[in-house]
Amino acid sequence: MTPSFERSSAGTTPSSQGPGAAAGPARDRAPKFSAAARTALADTRQRANLAAATAALRARRAAATAEADDWERLREAGRAIKDLTLLNLDAYLEELEGAVTAAGGTVHWAADAAEAGRIITRLVRDTGETEVLKVRSAVAQEIGLDEALRRAGIVPRDTGLAELIVGLEPGDRPSHMLYPAMHRNRAQVRELFARELPGAPADLPDDPEILAETARARLRERMLPAKVAICGANFLVAETGTAVLVESEGNGRMCLTLPDTLITVAGLEKTVPTWADLEVFLQLLPRAAAGERMTAATSTWTGVTPGDGPSAFHLVLVDNGRTSALADEAGRAALRCIRCSACLDVCPVYERTGGHPYGPVHPGPIGAVLTPLTRGVESAADASLPYASTLCGACADVCPVKIDIPDLLVRLRGRVVESRRRRPVPTPELAMMRTLAWTLGDRRRYEVALRRGTRWARLLSRGGRIRRLPGLLGRWTDARDVPAPPAQSFRAWWESRPGRPGGRR
Amino acid sequence: MRVALFVACFNDALFPGTGRAVTALLERLGHEVVFPADQTCCGQMHWTTGYHREAAGLARGFTEAFGGGDVIVTPSASCAATVRHAYPRIAEAAGDPGLADTARDLAVYELAEFLVDVLGVTDVGASFPHRVAYHPTCHSLRSLALGDRPLRLLRQVKGLELVELPAAGECCGFGGSFAMKNADVSVAMVADKVRHIRETSADVVCAVDNSCLAHIGGALSRLRGGVRVAHLAEILAGTEAT
Amino acid sequence: MNSRERILGRVREALGPMRGTQVPVPRDYRRRISEREAPTRADVVALFTERVAERRVSVRHVSADELATGIAAALWGREAKRIIAPPDLPFGWLAGLEGVQAQADSPPADAGVLDTLDGVVTGCAVAIAQTGTIVLDGGRAQGRRALTLIPPYHLCVVHADQIVGTVPEAVARLDPSRPLTWLSGPPATADIELERTPGLHGPQILDVFVVED
Repeated sequence: MTPSFERSSAGTTPSSQGPGAAAGPARDRAPKFSAAARTALADTRQRANLAAATAALRARRAAATAEADDWERLREAGRAIKDLTLLNLDAYLEELEGAVTAAGGTVHWAADAAEAGRIITRLVRDTGETEVLKVRSAVAQEIGLDEALRRAGIVPRDTGLAELIVGLEPGDRPSHMLYPAMHRNRAQVRELFARELPGAPADLPDDPEILAETARARLRERMLPAKVAICGANFLVAETGTAVLVESEGNGRMCLTLPDTLITVAGLEKTVPTWADLEVFLQLLPRAAAGERMTAATSTWTGVTPGDGPSAFHLVLVDNGRTSALADEAGRAALRCIRCSACLDVCPVYERTGGHPYGPVHPGPIGAVLTPLTRGVESAADASLPYASTLCGACADVCPVKIDIPDLLVRLRGRVVESRRRRPVPTPELAMMRTLAWTLGDRRRYEVALRRGTRWARLLSRGGRIRRLPGLLGRWTDARDVPAPPAQSFRAWWESRPGRPGGRR
Repeated sequence: MRVALFVACFNDALFPGTGRAVTALLERLGHEVVFPADQTCCGQMHWTTGYHREAAGLARGFTEAFGGGDVIVTPSASCAATVRHAYPRIAEAAGDPGLADTARDLAVYELAEFLVDVLGVTDVGASFPHRVAYHPTCHSLRSLALGDRPLRLLRQVKGLELVELPAAGECCGFGGSFAMKNADVSVAMVADKVRHIRETSADVVCAVDNSCLAHIGGALSRLRGGVRVAHLAEILAGTEAT
Repeated sequence: MNSRERILGRVREALGPMRGTQVPVPRDYRRRISEREAPTRADVVALFTERVAERRVSVRHVSADELATGIAAALWGREAKRIIAPPDLPFGWLAGLEGVQAQADSPPADAGVLDTLDGVVTGCAVAIAQTGTIVLDGGRAQGRRALTLIPPYHLCVVHADQIVGTVPEAVARLDPSRPLTWLSGPPATADIELERTPGLHGPQILDVFVVED
């Protein structure tokens, strides 16, 4: 068995998969999580928005999952179906391709983000259109689709309200998988619309219903005449070649019904083996994601149906580091993810920092796992992600496919440390942890350290308190007091007990 | 019965009062407490921070120190969880199946689960006339699934008024190395924990992990919050402070 | 080597000796509605009514004889003067209409025309009691998807025997080769402060008739 602190020999390093929108020099310069978090923590409007939003989602989700008295059995089935899929992924992908093709669709394979962008751009170009509709899709975000299209002179038109909101502010990015504009409150949305939305009245109120209605006209006018649309898929059924889109807003339905050409882009891991397997996932996803028994609109389609919907259907399957994650025996569990965002909403870290510090692609607990798994831990930013957690375990409790996120985080931390060990100059932390382990590794060394520590503590303290700890430990005393140091350690007390029962062995 | 005490390295060094309390409590209940002196650290900090090779060494040391076959009791839920759930993973990561086997044979209990499940007691004859809020630490809540065992013990303490802590299950923000590596988020989290504590009008916060208590207590103290912290063992022993 | 081969190769290499493992899938979740939730058929229908109403859908129960009158009354109540229906909608359903211009979707109306209409009337393929869901599959009396997407009002006729208890039952009855639309109430968005606002696309108003005989 390969020890987990050595990288699996299978799979490729992310750099060999070519540049993607989120890879390369930009990511190498990206701030570590702790630095980005500090900025995010100071954004008081976002903190308030996030606290309210995640609390509401937690409550809805808890109610919806409690109502399903077989929830735990569904989770176990979901986990098993996904594991089965991943361990037979090549076979299921081939089956999927065959079924889609037989139903009149065309399957394309994209090894990395750049290739996916090229394929989709070409498909759009082939239609002669210079505008495309888009439906919310995490993988489209991941591959930097908008930038790729624009470089080719094609204008991507987002059809979702949240995407509209995020898109109006240059440089803004989605902060949540399902509610990408969660970091904006109504007043901010009102401001954005009044400023940037053509035709929006200056006295626009900040009522969400009115704001949505204002956006509706602008969004709808794009949709009816459109010829090409790009959407994602929540699930791809290998057996039948069926794609599934779960939504509430209805823009998905518009995009997969009205245009002549539909392009669906999805990660390899969206595959499920059979149509019957949807009976599990169509229960897990709505409840875990939105706290609903079923979302307002779920659509499934297979290839092309003459007379109903697009006459051309393309499925673009994307790797972009997923096979790296697949190569990791433990880490592949992260590919079970069905993008419900339940982990985000229970994470006390995410609640306070929002999605941006996790990087441009995957936010929250699952993001702290998926990003280093698919991209490696060489950049400081990626290496910081596994540490963006207290390992409290709230995420593992709610994950509908039972991904043990804290366990994966610890394994990734091991990978970070191993990669740092290989460096010629040890980091201060590495030196300290080695010394600590060495001290703790032998009783006598440990006892000497205890006695010395007690002496130092008394030297450092003033009036029975330690005001400031030295060096790195000073971060503790930046915000917290340290209790009065004890006069003697526990074992010193034990040694000194008169006629102690039990005693030393 | 004879019980081997695993006091945990940070308790040994910083919170010896907890160890003394466990000893006093178990002896008061008529049991024999032994302290295998070779014990140092279970390796949790190294494991969770990513120093997996070092963690394996410390785990081996732990199994050797406690190889005597006694039931092991510890006032650290996080350490108990480490031995119970992390040791098999530590062993796997190190490619050491022998370590996994040895670890599996260890009967390690956190104090509250030992009292309730093994000794079958909830009334330990304690007295602690204070208003107490109980914070379930993440390891005790999720890894060990202690449930209401600590509450059942606290309810039997004479004079103790137990008050409910709002959002009790929310992590306090300590998270081991997290408190250093993500100090700002850690402080933001404890700020909310402190806020919830102060909403209760408790004058003592109780938990089964001193690491979390040090973090919460340190923040309360810095803010002059008027609430102090006490480990469950100290309340049950009727002894207090270091 | 093209990308297809490269990716499949990477997958096989990544999985190594674990490739091909047949993970057993425990299927002990509920397939049918529980006795406690809906002991009889009538309870299943009642549960559907309750759950779909919770999704802001107006639900009426009628007998087969009353359906035409009911539809006419509903359209009148919604002020729907110009409606469309799939070409194979049972003629009798619209027999009670007065002052309503009803066109069959044959030849298929284009999106611009659909956008000028007041509503659409269809049947459905399956309905799910537990979730308050109606599923359309483009089959009998349902028409193509654009019909139930563009007009602002959708009146859907559900026969009591089309109502199943659970999602697994529905999945088993549906044909995946057909384009399916699973509707659980009108569209909604919660993108602004998580406050539910009516969704932007798709019929804002849904009326359901449950036909019992």
